[in-house]
Amino acid sequence: MPTNGVPTKITQGSGTKGGIGESTLRPDGTLKVTGEFAYSSDMWHEDMLWGQILRSTVAHAEIVSIDTSKALATPGVYAVMTYDDLPTDVKNYGLEIQDTPVLAHGKVRHHGEPVAIVAADHPETARRAAARIRVEYRDLPVVTDEASALAPDAVLVHEARDDHHIGHVPHPNVVHRQPIVRGDVEAARRRADVIVEGEYTFGMQDQAFLGPESGLAVPEEDGGVHLYIATQWLHSDLRQMAPVLGLPEDKVRMTLAGVGGAFGGREDLSMQIHACLLALRTGKPVKIVYNRFESFFGHVHRHPAKLYYEHGATREGKLTHVKCRIVLDGGAYASASPAVVGNASSLGIGPYVVDDVEIEALALYTNNPPCGAMRGFGAVQACFAYEAQMDKLAERLGMDPVELRQLNAMEQGALMPTGQPVDSPAPVAELLRRVKAMPMPPERQWESSEGADVRQLPGGLSNTTHGEGVVRGVGYAVGIKNVGFSEGFDDYSTARVRMEVAGGEPVATVHTAMAEVGQGGVTVHAQIARTELGVTQVTIHPADTRVGSAGSTSASRQTYVTGGAVRNACELVREKVLELGRRRFGSYHPAWATAELLLEGGKVVTDGGEVLADLADVLGDEAVEVEEEWRHRPTEPFDLRTGQGNGHVQYSFAAHRAVVEVDTELGLVKVIELACAQDVGKALNPLSVIGQIQGGTTQGLGVAVMEEIVVDPKTAKVRNPSFTDYLIPTILDTPTIPVDVLELADDHAPYGLRGVGEAPTLSSTPAVLAAIRNATGLELNRTPVRPEHLTGTG
Amino acid sequence: MRLNFTVNGRPQEADDVWEGESLLYVLRERLGLPGSKNACEQGECGSCTVRLDGVPVCSCLVAAGQAEGREVVTVEGLADFARQRAEGCGTGACGTSLQKARRWEARGTDSQTGEGTDLAPVQQAFLDAGAVQCGFCTPGLLVAADEMLERNPNPTDADIREALSGNLCRCTGYEKIMDAVRLAAARQSEGV
Repeated sequence: MPTNGVPTKITQGSGTKGGIGESTLRPDGTLKVTGEFAYSSDMWHEDMLWGQILRSTVAHAEIVSIDTSKALATPGVYAVMTYDDLPTDVKNYGLEIQDTPVLAHGKVRHHGEPVAIVAADHPETARRAAARIRVEYRDLPVVTDEASALAPDAVLVHEARDDHHIGHVPHPNVVHRQPIVRGDVEAARRRADVIVEGEYTFGMQDQAFLGPESGLAVPEEDGGVHLYIATQWLHSDLRQMAPVLGLPEDKVRMTLAGVGGAFGGREDLSMQIHACLLALRTGKPVKIVYNRFESFFGHVHRHPAKLYYEHGATREGKLTHVKCRIVLDGGAYASASPAVVGNASSLGIGPYVVDDVEIEALALYTNNPPCGAMRGFGAVQACFAYEAQMDKLAERLGMDPVELRQLNAMEQGALMPTGQPVDSPAPVAELLRRVKAMPMPPERQWESSEGADVRQLPGGLSNTTHGEGVVRGVGYAVGIKNVGFSEGFDDYSTARVRMEVAGGEPVATVHTAMAEVGQGGVTVHAQIARTELGVTQVTIHPADTRVGSAGSTSASRQTYVTGGAVRNACELVREKVLELGRRRFGSYHPAWATAELLLEGGKVVTDGGEVLADLADVLGDEAVEVEEEWRHRPTEPFDLRTGQGNGHVQYSFAAHRAVVEVDTELGLVKVIELACAQDVGKALNPLSVIGQIQGGTTQGLGVAVMEEIVVDPKTAKVRNPSFTDYLIPTILDTPTIPVDVLELADDHAPYGLRGVGEAPTLSSTPAVLAAIRNATGLELNRTPVRPEHLTGTG
Repeated sequence: MRLNFTVNGRPQEADDVWEGESLLYVLRERLGLPGSKNACEQGECGSCTVRLDGVPVCSCLVAAGQAEGREVVTVEGLADFARQRAEGCGTGACGTSLQKARRWEARGTDSQTGEGTDLAPVQQAFLDAGAVQCGFCTPGLLVAADEMLERNPNPTDADIREALSGNLCRCTGYEKIMDAVRLAAARQSEGV
């Protein structure tokens, strides 16, 4: 067993400037502050056309007819395409289950489903032409929740399923179901002195990345197409696109354009196939850019959920058992629902030691908007509920909520409900201790010599209170998230690293297909190359499909997996460079054969610090290049009946303390401070790590107090697809976020690092809810909390 | 219609502008200045913030025709604008003196990373403080923050939050943006 918390020893590169562990600045930073960074929506081509998608105005209906004649007759229109114009027999796509039509055929299953596409010479012409397409719908009954999905006479969202989940689901309107059973809950329940139950509701959250879905498809002379695109995973897109386009994968070239945020919302395809179809049809470059309204329909959302929990404990506060049922609304198409179910179930009781558990998680097919990946991926919904339960239990037992958590906190060596041992540091109690030990923000900060500063009060500049009716509350929460793709998925990354002399200096070039979506992977790759190759000059090659897959920029996995691939490729390059050196200079100095050699500061040195040669001399005119795939430890699927299995690669943990002030008369909440402590294993770039934690924390705050896509329960239509009606936190809504970063190495991971991006999104929401409960004494079983829930008027 | 206005100190002319086009569309699609971003097209997110005769506006909500004869500063012109302001040319439209033009030489900028580019102090502060992640909100925030620091060189935290409350950011949680603006203000007052 590796020693708990000893940082990985790094010898190679520890003397090179700008290597891992330093807060080096982003290589794309200057372009981003000058406006020159080319995002997907900035792409431009001579003679390019603009594409527009016509989307369904109803949620569930048969398509009786589509009349495109008026659109085709519009001056400036080059093409109009419907299902009938698709070039091959492959007309669906999907991440795991190919159930999503490129263009609707015969029926639509959710509000905003693509029905037809138009290309024209001006975006407004394309929009107007699309509006002139006449689609006649015949309404079908809508499936909107568990009751309507699983009723004996329920309408089936997908009539003829043949996917690999259909054999084990209880109903064709269930995408996937995962039970997890360990121990004997009935027996454990008899040992419980206290049992608390709760029903919780989690609203539908949107990723709300600022750069809307967009890209430019350029037809190529060989009949292929080149797509410049904002995505999270180039090769996954390619695999889904090529069969629909009827092209071999090598004729669909993909280059990553600038990505304006992702958060899971770009895991699925959006306009990729549509733009390529129009480009191939017209022979002209076609650009598609969604506006914000369309973006709300153009990507999957975070699954809304109903969660039912029972926790039991002894008088002393030891958990006896947990029983829970998590019902996720997957909407009309599968997207990532099966994997979200796997996470919600396997992480469903949180970072606690419980021997007797019964967990069930499932995702429904409904006619609501499709749901899939969003930061936290199934673990977020569960954390909101189990942390509310822990507070409820603490109250019933008369215990401090942090102490109750610490008493039941898992440590390294604990078993997950899946039976998987946690074999790296799990500092759950320590993170809670740290976040609790942070200094509290002073009371009544709004008071000043000039009266109340309303900007620091609930209601802000609306000037609704000067402190009257304002009550403070404090809440805590902790969460557990898996890192990397789980359940037996072959989750590899590829890196190509090249070293050569340019301008008299050794330069490393790192080429991967990793989607830089803002997280700073490009910064970290350059740092790894400097550390491993002892150079200062590193060029990050644009990401494209001319190199092997880097997997998805999701699941907090890129620094671990593509970072691991870059390190691995650098190590191989280093060996080749040293081999070259031995061939060229080995006879001049015995240390070439006997000493451990390092690359430092552009030189080959012995581990004793003696310089043997300049890298530039070793390389001469030669370039050393390596392209290699790299894999983390394999995982295995969860058993379909018991949920047992070593399904996850790594776990990550974060804890939050929220301090809120609530205007109890108007139900307005001001989050005063949201402190976070997180274990990151090893902070490769501390500045970026803190940025990830603060950003994730803020998305958790959003879904605590404001963010929710509202879907009409009668029509399944989206009611608030705009930033006017779907609110995300502004700088006024966001408090200070002090961060305490713990670095306990995971010896299975490169440099001991732990995936960072998602864990802070989990515990932020329940901490804010706990603080509001603490301030108001209300039960609050749903998120987001709206004013009417606090004033009893809702 | 034909549109004549000044962008980043240079007179610009755009022909065949459709009356429904926004100032943002003309900047991005007709003048080759895509730095101002389109993220909501309804004035909620601030990503398209530019200065119109000195006033920060959401260029997505300004009809192109409204810019006729006026002066616009975008993120692409922010460094020049800040330099000229520092040199005492408040409007940013002073242009380049003959003497300066004679001294001009090509900068050794790196075409891939932009290294070596002249930056406004607020741009440098955003880089140094880690305020840029995906960067889509950055141009609008920079224009808004620069304008605030021009008006209020020593802002309190509450002042900064109020001034930037019209600019949404989804990546950073705003903490590093606060750090960046504080840093720019501190450097400005120290004369760095």
